[in-house]
Amino acid sequence: MSDSSKPNSARRNLVIASACAGGAAAVGTAVPFVASMLPSERAEALGAPVEADISLLAPGEMTIFEWRGQPVWVVRRTKEMLDEIKKADSKVADPKSERKKSELTPEYARNEFRSIKPEYLVVVGICTHLGCSPQAKFKPGPEAFESDWAGGFYCPCHGSLFDLAGRVYKNKPAPDNLRVPPYTYLSDTRILIGEDKKGA
Amino acid sequence: MAAADKPPVTGAGPFNDLLTWIDQRFPLMETWRKHLSEYYAPKNFNFWYYFGSLALFVLVIQIVTGIFLTMNYKPDAAQAFASVEYIMREVPWGWWIRYMHSTGASFFFICVYLHMFRALLYGSYRKPRELLWIFGMLVFVCLMAEAFFGYLLPWGQMSYWGAQVIVNLFDAIPVIGPKLAIWIRGDYVVSDATLNRFFAYHVIAVPLALLALVVAHLLALHEVGSNNPDGVEIKKVKDPKTGRPLDGIPFHPYYTVKDTFGVVVFLVVFSIVVFFAPEAGGYFLEHNNFIPADPLKTPLHIAPVWYFTPYYSILRATTENFMWVLAAGVVAMAGLIIWSVKSTAARICVAALAAVLLAGFFTLDPKVWGVVLMGTSVMIFFFLPWLDQSPVKSIRYKGPITKTAIALFVIAFFVLGYLGTQTVTEERTLAAQIGTAVYFLFFFLMPWYSKMDKCRPEPARIGSK
Repeated sequence: MSDSSKPNSARRNLVIASACAGGAAAVGTAVPFVASMLPSERAEALGAPVEADISLLAPGEMTIFEWRGQPVWVVRRTKEMLDEIKKADSKVADPKSERKKSELTPEYARNEFRSIKPEYLVVVGICTHLGCSPQAKFKPGPEAFESDWAGGFYCPCHGSLFDLAGRVYKNKPAPDNLRVPPYTYLSDTRILIGEDKKGA
Repeated sequence: MAAADKPPVTGAGPFNDLLTWIDQRFPLMETWRKHLSEYYAPKNFNFWYYFGSLALFVLVIQIVTGIFLTMNYKPDAAQAFASVEYIMREVPWGWWIRYMHSTGASFFFICVYLHMFRALLYGSYRKPRELLWIFGMLVFVCLMAEAFFGYLLPWGQMSYWGAQVIVNLFDAIPVIGPKLAIWIRGDYVVSDATLNRFFAYHVIAVPLALLALVVAHLLALHEVGSNNPDGVEIKKVKDPKTGRPLDGIPFHPYYTVKDTFGVVVFLVVFSIVVFFAPEAGGYFLEHNNFIPADPLKTPLHIAPVWYFTPYYSILRATTENFMWVLAAGVVAMAGLIIWSVKSTAARICVAALAAVLLAGFFTLDPKVWGVVLMGTSVMIFFFLPWLDQSPVKSIRYKGPITKTAIALFVIAFFVLGYLGTQTVTEERTLAAQIGTAVYFLFFFLMPWYSKMDKCRPEPARIGSK
C-alpha cells in the first residue's frame, strides 16, 4: 500500500465483486430451503377424485364428502328451495356466476342453480373469504344475521351468507360464490367429485 | 483495557479472587456497572414501569415451561391432541406446566399491552427513543407470531380453524397470494405438514428472533436511558463532579428491589389464575379447543384468543359498504396533507397515492382491504414517534385534545376487542366499523391534533414546577 489514506480502487472493486459473488451464493443456498416448504409429491397425489353415493339423501337434506381434505356438500333441493333461489337473485352479489368463472364455476354449472341437475347442489363447503366451513341454515325465517332469511348457508367466522345455490350475498366479507368442484354423474345415484367429463 | 490494568474486584468477600480471575478474562464488572449498578434510571418510576421487567419475567416462564412441554408433546396431526391430553392427565405435574404456559401466553400480552400503553402515556417513543420503540414493536410482532404458531399445536378445533383463517389471509394478496398460502401450509389445507412446521417456528425460529430483539431493545434502552412519567431528560442535569444525572438513581439496587416486589405481586395473581381459573372463562383457553381438529366442520362460533380480537374485529368490519367510508377517509386525509405541506413534489405524491388507493378500493375485493387494514392496525404503531408532534412527551403536560384522543382510542380498542369475541350481527358490524374509524383517526390525525393541542410547559427537572 503506497498511500494509506486513499483506498486502493482495485482492491475495493475486488471486495465488492467477492461480496456480490458471496451474496449470489447465499441467495442460491436459500432456494432449497424455500423449496423444501412446498407440498411434497405425496401431498399432491392425495388430490385424487372421490366417488360419492347419494342414493340415501332425502329431499331437503345435505351430506358431506371429503375431497382433498376439504368438505364437499351435496344438497338435495326441494321445489320450494329452488323457488327461494330464484327469489334471491336481487340479494346476491353475482347471480349469474360470472366472477372467476374458470376457477369457481365449471361450464356445466353456470346456470341459476349452479348445478348439473337442479335438484342436486354440489359445492366445496369452504367460505371464499378466509376458509371456514359455513353452516347449513335451510329453514327460512327471521335470523339474527338476516331479518328476512330465505334459507342457505351462514359462515360463523365472519358472517358471510350464501343462498341455496352457494351464491354469496351482497355486502358480506366473502367476495365470491362457493366453489363448484369438477364433478360428473356416474349414474343417477353416484357422482364422481374431482373429475368431470373433460377430465379436468 | 488490558487485563493487568484492571483493579481487583472488591466487595464480594470470599468471591473476590474468583471474580477478579473472571474479570481479567471477561468484561464482568464493566457489564455489571454499565447495565445495573451504574445504570441511572429516573427516580420517579411509578406503577406503569413494572410491566417491562414483568414481560421479561413471563418470557423466562414461557421458555422454561416450553422446554418441558416439548419433552412430551408430539407435533403430529394424528397424535398432537392426545399428547397434550397425556401431558394434562398423566405426566407428573404436566397439567401445572401446561397451564403455566397457556396462562403465561395471555399474561405476556397483558404485560406487553400495558408496557406499550405506558409508552403512549409518557411519550416514551419520542426522540431519542425511536429505535428503542421500533425494537419493542418488532418484539411485539414476533410475540404475535409466536402466539399464533403455538396456538395450532394442541390441534383442537380452534387451533385448526384459527390457523386456517389466518393462513388464508395471505391468499387474499393479489397474484402471488394463493401460491404463498400453499407454501406457508405446505399443503392445500392446514394439515400435518402445517403442524410440523409451525412447531419448528414456535420452539426454535421465533424464540431465537425474540431473544435477539429483546437484547437489542435493552441495549437501545441503556444507550438512551429510560424515559419517566414527567417526560423530561434526566441526562440534561448532571452532577458536575461525578457526571451522574441528579434525578437518576442506580438501577441496582433501587429498581431491582422494586421489580422484585412487582414479580411477587405478579406471581400471586398469576398463580390464582393457573390454579383456579386456567381457562379464564374461555378467554385464555377456548372451550372449542377441547374438541380435536375436524377439517370438515367449523365450530359454531370461532374467535381468536382475546389478545388478537381487536385486529380481528377490524378485519371483519371491512365490508363492501365500508369501502365508501375508507374512500372518504383517504380523500379527506389527502386533502389535509396537501393543505399542510408546502412542497409541490410531496403534494403530487400524496395525490397520486390517494388515487391509487381509491382505484384499488373499487377494483380489488373488500377482503383484500380487510387484510390490509388489519395489517395496518398493527404496523401503524411503528410510526408513532413521527406521528406525535406534541412539544411535550408526557400526558401530564399534554392538553385536553390528546387526553380525549387517548381515552377514545382505549375505548375503541376495548370495544373492538369485545366485538372480536362475539358472533356477527348487523349492529355489531356497525359498532366495529365505528371502532375501526376511531382507531385509525387516533393515529392518522395525530400529527395535527398533537401540534395544535394546548400543552403546559415541561418542568426543567423531575418534580419541579
